[in-house]
Amino acid sequence: MKFTTLATAIAIGASAIAAQAENVKVGMITTLSGGGAGLGIDVRDGFMLAVKQAGRDDLEVVIEDDQRKPDVAVQLADKMIQSEKVDVLTGIIWSNLAMAVIPATVAQGKFYLSPNAGPSMLAGKGCDPNYFNVAWQNDNLHEAAGAYANSAGLTNSFILAPNYPAGQDALTGYKRLYEGELAGEIYTKLGQTDYASEIAQIRASGADSIYFFLPGGMGISFLKQYADSGMDIPVVGPAFSFDQGILQAVGEAALGVKNTSQWNKDLDNAANTAFVAAFQEEYDRLPSLYASQGYDTANLLMSAMDKADVSDTQAFRAALKAADFASVRGDFRFGSNNHPIQDIYVREVIKEGDVYTNKIIGTALEDHADAYADQCSM
Amino acid sequence: MSIVLLVEQVLNGLQFGVMLFLMAAGLTLIFGVMGLINLAHGSLYMVGAFAAAATAAATGSFLLALVASLVAAAAAGALVELTVIRRLYDRDHLDQVLATFALILIFSEGTRWVFGSFPLFLEVPDYLSGSVTLPGGIEYPLYRLTMILIGLAVAAGLFALIAHTRIGIRIRAGESDREMIGALGVNIARLYTLIFALGAALAGFAGALIGAIQSVQVGMGEPVLILAFVVIVIGGIGSIKGALVGAILVGLTDTLGGFLLPRLFTLFMDASSAMTMGSALAAMSIYLLMAGVLLFRPTGLFGGP
Repeated sequence: MKFTTLATAIAIGASAIAAQAENVKVGMITTLSGGGAGLGIDVRDGFMLAVKQAGRDDLEVVIEDDQRKPDVAVQLADKMIQSEKVDVLTGIIWSNLAMAVIPATVAQGKFYLSPNAGPSMLAGKGCDPNYFNVAWQNDNLHEAAGAYANSAGLTNSFILAPNYPAGQDALTGYKRLYEGELAGEIYTKLGQTDYASEIAQIRASGADSIYFFLPGGMGISFLKQYADSGMDIPVVGPAFSFDQGILQAVGEAALGVKNTSQWNKDLDNAANTAFVAAFQEEYDRLPSLYASQGYDTANLLMSAMDKADVSDTQAFRAALKAADFASVRGDFRFGSNNHPIQDIYVREVIKEGDVYTNKIIGTALEDHADAYADQCSM
Repeated sequence: MSIVLLVEQVLNGLQFGVMLFLMAAGLTLIFGVMGLINLAHGSLYMVGAFAAAATAAATGSFLLALVASLVAAAAAGALVELTVIRRLYDRDHLDQVLATFALILIFSEGTRWVFGSFPLFLEVPDYLSGSVTLPGGIEYPLYRLTMILIGLAVAAGLFALIAHTRIGIRIRAGESDREMIGALGVNIARLYTLIFALGAALAGFAGALIGAIQSVQVGMGEPVLILAFVVIVIGGIGSIKGALVGAILVGLTDTLGGFLLPRLFTLFMDASSAMTMGSALAAMSIYLLMAGVLLFRPTGLFGGP
């Protein structure tokens, strides 16, 4: 055993000297099975597309399925750090899984690049120099929706979200910039699929608009039932409920709905045009918000690899922080707490041929940073 | 709070209840007659919804989609009974739970493998969309009203089947004494397959009806399955009548609890904490109902001794 270990050590040492730059090993833990699999698959596909396009041989990616379970994610992270010896972890979709994995990962000196979840804890007091969020802080898209409501002259919103931390963050985020009155505020059950009772209350409340954060199947159910209720006051939501993967299941009920997003496929910049075309070519479907985030994450990582060795933590950290890559969102930079400062747009759901998709109709917030940066002592 | 809003919520509760009944009826029959805990019942609900969505996408007909959901779920149920469930009747409940839990995983990943990871599209047909005005000026979605009527019609049909047909006599006999009806020359194996397929068909039908106003996605059956178990425990295991009463009780408690409790709490606390407390308590309300029923009737409302 000793012999083998020694031999391996020498071999590794030799290859490290022989190679031009050091290899980087990335562990991707994401959701690839069960109800939330569509999101994880999009992140993975976007990430791997960027890796494939770059055609580098100094980057190795290990992908595992967390089944949307925090305990599984923690086990996978331990395995990847201890036996796979990864340098960087990424991939987690859900905030509760992120909270379980990220603090332990960065405490062991590894880097974590978040392609999706951005819980407020990790943006504020729990921020860490090795943790970078490439998507958004959880509140961002909701804040943008509140700002949009002001500019659209909506003054009496009825707001609803599921009763769990991200749902409470969502309504807090909306109220942070929204200046009008609230016709009502409801916390629904997480995973609820029938909204007849809520829709009846909205009808009775005399609201002039609805803001809802109901990710995944909950949003599909709500929109279909709302369309069937005969009401027609404007509906606003974050991009999560109007994503490319979900829209086809909602169908006509989503047409005309306004939603806020930091990315859309019609954003006019060279990186995005190339990304949208290449993604369709590779996977034969339109890219989603999540795919764009996965793609940006991979490009950020590779931009840092060009500048520094991953073993030189200080230099690699500085290279990541510089965010010197062509983001598909256009301008992109990190704030003091390693969370994005970026524009957030308003999109409208339209139909292109047979496919439901989004188009950008305006900018809700420019160079928007999150509200927790002050609490971060980095 | 107006009377109109309250009546609308009662209708919503009723509609939720009759759909729960379709799920619970099969579950209670299978448990009552065969003594089997079938966790995979939610998967059959999902099979029905996916079959309906695929058929509707291919043919554009909602009626055909409903037929497809019945056929597909019944076929899936019969197949599962013949290949897996049949070997579990003599095992204890823990083995049954383990095996049917494995079936959930197989159905979920199998469905994802066939239909992909994204939710499917199924919509209310034009002739059932929109809302109608009921006496008293209550505007209510036509489709939900139709669901209530269909659910009640299926309940009536099921009672007639059990009370007045030869099959029904055998089912009731199977519930009281399994060995004896076997000794009397009834083909028990075939009876079991039939009951399982019937239960599966009802679950699949519910999946298709609900799929039109909700999201047709992998894993859609499991939350409903838990509620269906609550229903049959409240109603008494093995009793169809109990399943109906239990389902409507659960439907009304859940809907009216979520609507009334936060309002009740605003009487003595401020709005936002009343909202939080109210919704938290409302989420527990059906389980409190179950605990209350079990306290006074340990075998459920219509359960045998």
